[in-house]
Amino acid sequence: MTQVSMTVNGKAVSGDAEGRTLLVQFLRETLNLTGTHVGCDTSQCGACVVHVNGKAVKSCAIFAAEVEGAEVTTIEGMANADGSLSKVQQAFQDHHGLQCGFCTPGMVMSATALLGENPNPSEAEIRAYLEGNICRCTGYHNIVKSIMAAAGQDTSKIAAE
Amino acid sequence: MPKDGGIGAATPRREDVRFLTGNGKYTDDINVRGQAYVHFLRSDIAHAKINGIDTSEAEKMDGVIRVFTGADFEAVGSIPCGWQVTDRHGEAMQEPRHPVLAHGKVRHVGDPICAIVAETYEAARDAAEAIDLDLEELPAVVDMKEAVKDGAPKVHDELTSNLCYDWGFVEDNRAAVDEAIKNAHHVTTLELVNNRLVANPMEPRVAVGDYDRSDEEHTLYTTSQNPHVIRLLMGAFVLGIPEHKLRVVAPDVGGGFGTKIFHYAEEAFVTFAAKELNRPVKWTASRSEAFMSDAHGRDHITKIELALDKDNNFTALRTETYANMGAYLSTFAPSVPTWLHGTLMAGNYKTPLIYVNVKAVFTNTVPVDAYRGAGRPEATFQLERVVDKAARELGVDPIALRRQNFITEFPYATPVAVEYDTGDYNATMDKLTEIADLSGFEARRKESEARGKLRGLGLNCYIEACGIAPSNLVGQLGARAGLYDAATVRVNATGSISVMVGAHSHGQGHETAFPQVVADMIGIDASQIDIVHGDTARTPFGMGTYGSRSLAVCGSAMVKATEKIINKAKKIAAHLLEASDEDIELADGQFTVAGTDKSVAWGDVTLAAYVPHNYPLEDIEPGLEETAFYDPANFTYPSGAYACEVEVDPDTGKVTIERFAAADDFGNIINPMIVSGQVHGGLAQGIGQALLENCAYDEDGQILSASYMDYAMPRADDVPFYSVDHSCQTPCTHNPLGVKGCGEAGAIGSPPSVVNAVLDALNAAGHDVPHLDMPLTPSKVWDAMNKGA
Ligand code: FES
Ligand code: FES
Repeated sequence: MTQVSMTVNGKAVSGDAEGRTLLVQFLRETLNLTGTHVGCDTSQCGACVVHVNGKAVKSCAIFAAEVEGAEVTTIEGMANADGSLSKVQQAFQDHHGLQCGFCTPGMVMSATALLGENPNPSEAEIRAYLEGNICRCTGYHNIVKSIMAAAGQDTSKIAAE
Repeated sequence: MPKDGGIGAATPRREDVRFLTGNGKYTDDINVRGQAYVHFLRSDIAHAKINGIDTSEAEKMDGVIRVFTGADFEAVGSIPCGWQVTDRHGEAMQEPRHPVLAHGKVRHVGDPICAIVAETYEAARDAAEAIDLDLEELPAVVDMKEAVKDGAPKVHDELTSNLCYDWGFVEDNRAAVDEAIKNAHHVTTLELVNNRLVANPMEPRVAVGDYDRSDEEHTLYTTSQNPHVIRLLMGAFVLGIPEHKLRVVAPDVGGGFGTKIFHYAEEAFVTFAAKELNRPVKWTASRSEAFMSDAHGRDHITKIELALDKDNNFTALRTETYANMGAYLSTFAPSVPTWLHGTLMAGNYKTPLIYVNVKAVFTNTVPVDAYRGAGRPEATFQLERVVDKAARELGVDPIALRRQNFITEFPYATPVAVEYDTGDYNATMDKLTEIADLSGFEARRKESEARGKLRGLGLNCYIEACGIAPSNLVGQLGARAGLYDAATVRVNATGSISVMVGAHSHGQGHETAFPQVVADMIGIDASQIDIVHGDTARTPFGMGTYGSRSLAVCGSAMVKATEKIINKAKKIAAHLLEASDEDIELADGQFTVAGTDKSVAWGDVTLAAYVPHNYPLEDIEPGLEETAFYDPANFTYPSGAYACEVEVDPDTGKVTIERFAAADDFGNIINPMIVSGQVHGGLAQGIGQALLENCAYDEDGQILSASYMDYAMPRADDVPFYSVDHSCQTPCTHNPLGVKGCGEAGAIGSPPSVVNAVLDALNAAGHDVPHLDMPLTPSKVWDAMNKGA
C-alpha cells in the first residue's frame, strides 16, 4: 500500500492504494465517488471516463498511482457552481440522451471533452468520437442529438423526437 | 393539447438529474458494513466430470474466509424454472436439476464450481488460483441437431436425451397444414438461423446478501427487473426462506433487456452465505463473467414454408424450429420459443392454417432465455423473411403482397390461439411510405450507384403480444406464477402522493411517466407525485418489468387504485360541501358540486382524511391509501411497419445503414419522448443483431465471444438518426389507458428489414442471393457477392 494524493473535483484528496488499484476503484471505493461506473474489463465501454488534467481518460485503464498529483474531474464535479446542470448535462436531459443512466457519466465526460476540443462538431465527428463509449439503451440517436444541441446547433430538423 | 405534465406530454425525465450528476444508486454502489466479497471459480471446460476439488491451499491464504463447493448446497433447492411446457404428446418437458454450484459435473463454460469468500476481491481471486480442480473432460454437445441424435453425449445424465420438449402448435392443425402445403400453387421455403445474442445491459450483474440476526431477516440487493419474482423463486424454491423474512431490493438498475428477469445462482449464493458466515457478502460480475453467466438470447434454427394460392393469398404456414436452451433451464426459457413465438406466427396476415413445431434442446452452452422481444423477434424474422422471399420468387411488389394478406378486421382470432383486439396495418404501412420517403428511393439508389455503392431497400411488418398476460390463461399454458401487477397509491395529508408499484424502472422512465397519469386523473401537478419501486418491503406484490408490460399491466393497477382514491375523496368532499356524492365533480384538483360554484381543493380533502375532525366517520375510514391488483384480460398487440435502406460497398462487403424508418402503433401514448427513446434503443439492438452481434461457440463448447473485443456491440457510428413515428394509434380495448407497450418493438421489427435491404442491394446488382444468415458481416456479404470467384 502506498499513499496516493490528487485533486478530485477541486478538492485535495489522498488515500491508500495498492500498486494494482485502478483509478476507478480508488474513486469508487476509497473516495466513494460512485458516479464513475465500470461496464467492462477490456477498456471498451467508456462507462468509466473521467478527466485527468483536462483530458478524457478511461479510469479503468490507469492505476491510481499513475495520477499522483493530477487534477481529476468526475461526473460529480460537472454541474455548475450553483448546482445547476452543465450545458452538456442539461442537453442530455432536454433531449432524452439517457435511459438507464449507466453509460451516462462516461458519455457526459466524453461529450464535454469533445466540445472542449471541437466546439462545433458534425454528426459524423460526434459519432466517431464516441467510438469508445457504448450505450445499450438509447440507440445513440438522442445522445448525438444532445451533444449537437449542447454545441448550440439547431436539432429541430433531426427526424422525430 | 396535452396538459402540462399530464398524459401525452413529452415531459423531461425527473430521474435524469441524479443520473447526470453521478447520484444514481446502483447495486454496486451499495456497500454494507462488514461485507466480504465472493469470487466464483467457473469452469473453463464445457462438459466435464468433477472428480475432485481441493480447496485446502486456498483456504489457508490471507484474507480468505471460506471456500464453498457444490457439496455445501446438497440440501438446498435447485434454481427453479418458472414455466413448464407440455409437449406434442401431452408429456411434461424434461426438467433437469440446476444446482447453485456445480455438483458432479460442469455443463458449460462459466458454470460456477467454487465460491471463494474473502476480505477483498483481490484475495478471493488470488485464492481461486490455488484451488486444485480435478476435471475429467467429456465430449460436449454444441450443435442442436447433433445434440438430439441417438448416442449424442448427454448434458444431463438423468434425462432420457437432450430433447427438453417437442412442441406442436396447434397440433390439431398439423394434418390440414401438411395437406394445404402439398396442394399449394406455390410454396416458398427458407432455412435460417436466428443468431445467439448476449443482452449486455451496460451494468453487469451485482448481488449483495445481508442477514440480520436480530430479526432473522435476509436482504438481497440485486440488479433485477422484478424483485418480487426473485423473492418468490429464491425464497420458496431454493433457500426455503418465508417471504416475510426475505427482502429483495433492486435499486437503480443499469438496463436489463430481459437478462435481469431471471433468478440466478449468484443471488442465492450471497443470500445463503450471508447467514452462513454472519457477514454481508457482495458479488460484482466482470464483463467477461457476464458473457459466461447472464442468460443469452435467441439461438434458433428454423425451416419455414409459406404456401400461396394462384392469386398470391397466403394459404398455409409451417415451421420447424430448434431452440437452444443451453445447459440448464433458465427462469422463463421454455416459454420463449413456444408461447411467445408460436402464438405470433400469424403476424399481420390472415393465413388460415398454421402449424409450428419447436424442439427445445439442451447443449453445453450458457442457458438461453428471454432477450428484448423474446420469441417475437424470432417469429417476425422468419415470417417477414419468407414473405420477402416469396415476393422475389413471384416477382411481385413486397408491399403489395403484404397488404393483400393483411388482417383488416378486428377483433381477429388467429389460427394460433390469440385474438388481436385492435390494429390498422394499412395505416402504419401508409405512414411508413411517407416517413421513409419510399418514392424517393430509386433516386437515392442512382445516387449511390454513381458513387460505386449498391443500395437496397428492405421492409417488414411486425405484430407483437405484450402486457403478459391473463393469469388464468398463462396458468393453463404452464406458467408457475400469476402475471398480474399491483400499485398502492398513498396520498399524504398535504396532498402529495407516493405510488408504490410492482413494475421496475431500469431505463424506461417510470418515475416520470407514471406520475403523468395520476396527475392527469386528479388534476394536480405531477411534481407532487413520486413513484416508489424496486423494493419488496415498500411495494405491493407485482411481477416486474419485461415484455413491454409496465404501463399496460402495472399502469392499469395504478389507474384502478387512483380511481378508488378519487371515489373516496369525492365522499369526503361531499361531506365537506354538504352535498351528495354523485354531485361531486373533480377537475384540476378541485372538487365541485355540479352546477354550483361550491368547491373544495384537493389538499383540503386530503387533510380532512388525516385530520378527520369534520368527517363522515360513520361511513368511511380516515386516511387515503388504496391498493389495486390488475390482471389483464388479454395481451396487447402493438404493430408496425419498418423500412431500412442500406449501402453495400462492393469492394469490401461492408454494409452501412443509410436510413431507418419505423411507423408503430402503440395505442395511446403517455410520454412521446420516452416512447421514441424506447424505439431508438430497440432499433439499435435489432440492427446490432442483423449486422454485428453474434455469440459464437467452437465445437468443443468454448465461448469465442466473451468480451467487447470479440462481441461486436453497436457503436454510435454503426447507426444513423432514425425516423420514428407513433401517430397511428388504435387504442387497446381492454385496459383503462388504451396503451399497448413499446419497449420491444424496435428490436422485434428491425432485423428483417435490415436483411431484406441487404439482399435487395445484392439482388438488384445481379447477385442471386436468396438468403444470408445474420450477422451480415463484411466477409459474409463479400463472399455472397463473390461466389465462385
Ligand atoms: S469500464 Fe472502463 S472502458 Fe469499460
Ligand atoms: S442509458 Fe443505459 S447504457 Fe446508455
